Amino acid sequence: MNENAVEVRNLHVRYDRVIALDGVDFDLPRGTAMGVVGPNGSGKSTLLKTVAGLIKPSDGTVRVQGVAPQKLPPGTIGYVPQIEDVDWTFPVSVRDVVNMGRYPRTGPFRRFSAHDRRAVARAIDALDLGTLADRHISELSGGQQQRVFVARAIAQEPLLLLLDEPTTGVDAATEDALLHLVRGLVADGLPVLMTTHDLDRAPEWFDRLLVVDRRVLADGRPENVLESGAYAGIREHTHTHGHKR
Amino acid sequence: MIQVLLAPFELDFMQRAFLAALVVGGLCSTLGTYVVLRKLSFIGDGLAHASFAGIVIAYLRGGSFWIGAAIATIVTALGIGFVHRRANVSLDTAIGVLFTGAFALGIFLMSRSTRATLDLQSFLFGNILGVSPNDLALVVGLGVIVAVVVGALWRPLLYTSFDRVVAQAAGIQERFVDDALLVVLALTIIVSLQLVGIVLVAALLVTPAAAAAQLTKRFIPMMLLSAGFGIFSAVGGLYASYQLQASSGATIVLLATLLFFASLGVKALRTRVVR
Repeated sequence: MNENAVEVRNLHVRYDRVIALDGVDFDLPRGTAMGVVGPNGSGKSTLLKTVAGLIKPSDGTVRVQGVAPQKLPPGTIGYVPQIEDVDWTFPVSVRDVVNMGRYPRTGPFRRFSAHDRRAVARAIDALDLGTLADRHISELSGGQQQRVFVARAIAQEPLLLLLDEPTTGVDAATEDALLHLVRGLVADGLPVLMTTHDLDRAPEWFDRLLVVDRRVLADGRPENVLESGAYAGIREHTHTHGHKR
Repeated sequence: MIQVLLAPFELDFMQRAFLAALVVGGLCSTLGTYVVLRKLSFIGDGLAHASFAGIVIAYLRGGSFWIGAAIATIVTALGIGFVHRRANVSLDTAIGVLFTGAFALGIFLMSRSTRATLDLQSFLFGNILGVSPNDLALVVGLGVIVAVVVGALWRPLLYTSFDRVVAQAAGIQERFVDDALLVVLALTIIVSLQLVGIVLVAALLVTPAAAAAQLTKRFIPMMLLSAGFGIFSAVGGLYASYQLQASSGATIVLLATLLFFASLGVKALRTRVVR
């Protein structure tokens, strides 16, 4: 078995005429938390969606566990998008949403196994949602909503976790809880790929940091990447090309 | 008095009609939960109208109306999914384009035909009293198929209805689930045509589920409540139509509509009490 959970080679993604990613290469080894930073419009979310198999590469390849993401067995990738574009009046409680994490692995006509129920209970505990479990999703704060969607991804017991700016717009307590959770999962061997805007805390979160602006500008230990000034460089350079298509 | 009340149950054709109403009311309102949650209210109307092309073609060529309706409706259902993905238009738009096209094809073919015009009335408004033993067997058979498909796919259907993108990333085959729902909807609509007709079938899909949504914030209770409302409307409406000597389809839909407003009233009362 390959030691890399994710291998991205020469990845290009174009939307009509807009180039979102223009030749991205990197590897994500198992048991590694990799942060992805870059200015708005740099293709960070596109990168996550492509690794999740939601967008097909225009060119190049993405391999997760050695195969194309679309060909993975159900339940392999846990994905938490940046903005959950769901109908908040949908008739589901917090527990119902976390239960969905088990659905990809639950065959037709099967009831939840003891293992399914344990995975859900653990995820609810890990995100401290116990007292909210029977609430309707419309009765939650922004931070609580974010925790529910992370809990669903954890309950899935994925082999790769993709988090798209999970700390944007959440309270400090939620952010700390997420940090603690991610570090624990990574210590257990789970690979995590996560986008963020928070450079200051990158060394706490990640083992590796990828600076992306349609291509990879830097890839290494967070301290080294931040010291190298690779990010400061693109910030200025964004102002000049950011509005161009 | 009692004899008058029980009279409808003593007639063979009424017994068949009640059984058909039970199955159709339950099926439509159960699937209707997904239709309402996916905001596809338009689809019932669309697929029902699309069946008309198949009915006319079957009539002109002397084939079975059921088979004609089934082919036209399923082809339209899958066509809607295809156009939605290929032409990159909203599902509502795809439905609007295809069902009017299919309905127009039916009218076009009929207007050119020199044969006596089809008894349109019974297709547009239903003819539940004309349910033959064969029709009933077909309704029950299709009902079993639909129930098995929903039993197998209720979880992926729920997940993709709520959060399509994440379900897809997690490996749920969302296109297969969508197409399965469309085909099952098509089958359900066909068996419903005889009960309520093309014009009113959409109400049986949407109204009971919309009523249930007023009373609960959980999915399974909503589905069960919707099924209860659907069965009550179909069976109760059929009974009332017999006693009132009114159109069965219209009476059924009116009863469902009444239940919807009653649910709305109960919800309003509840929120006032809570406040």
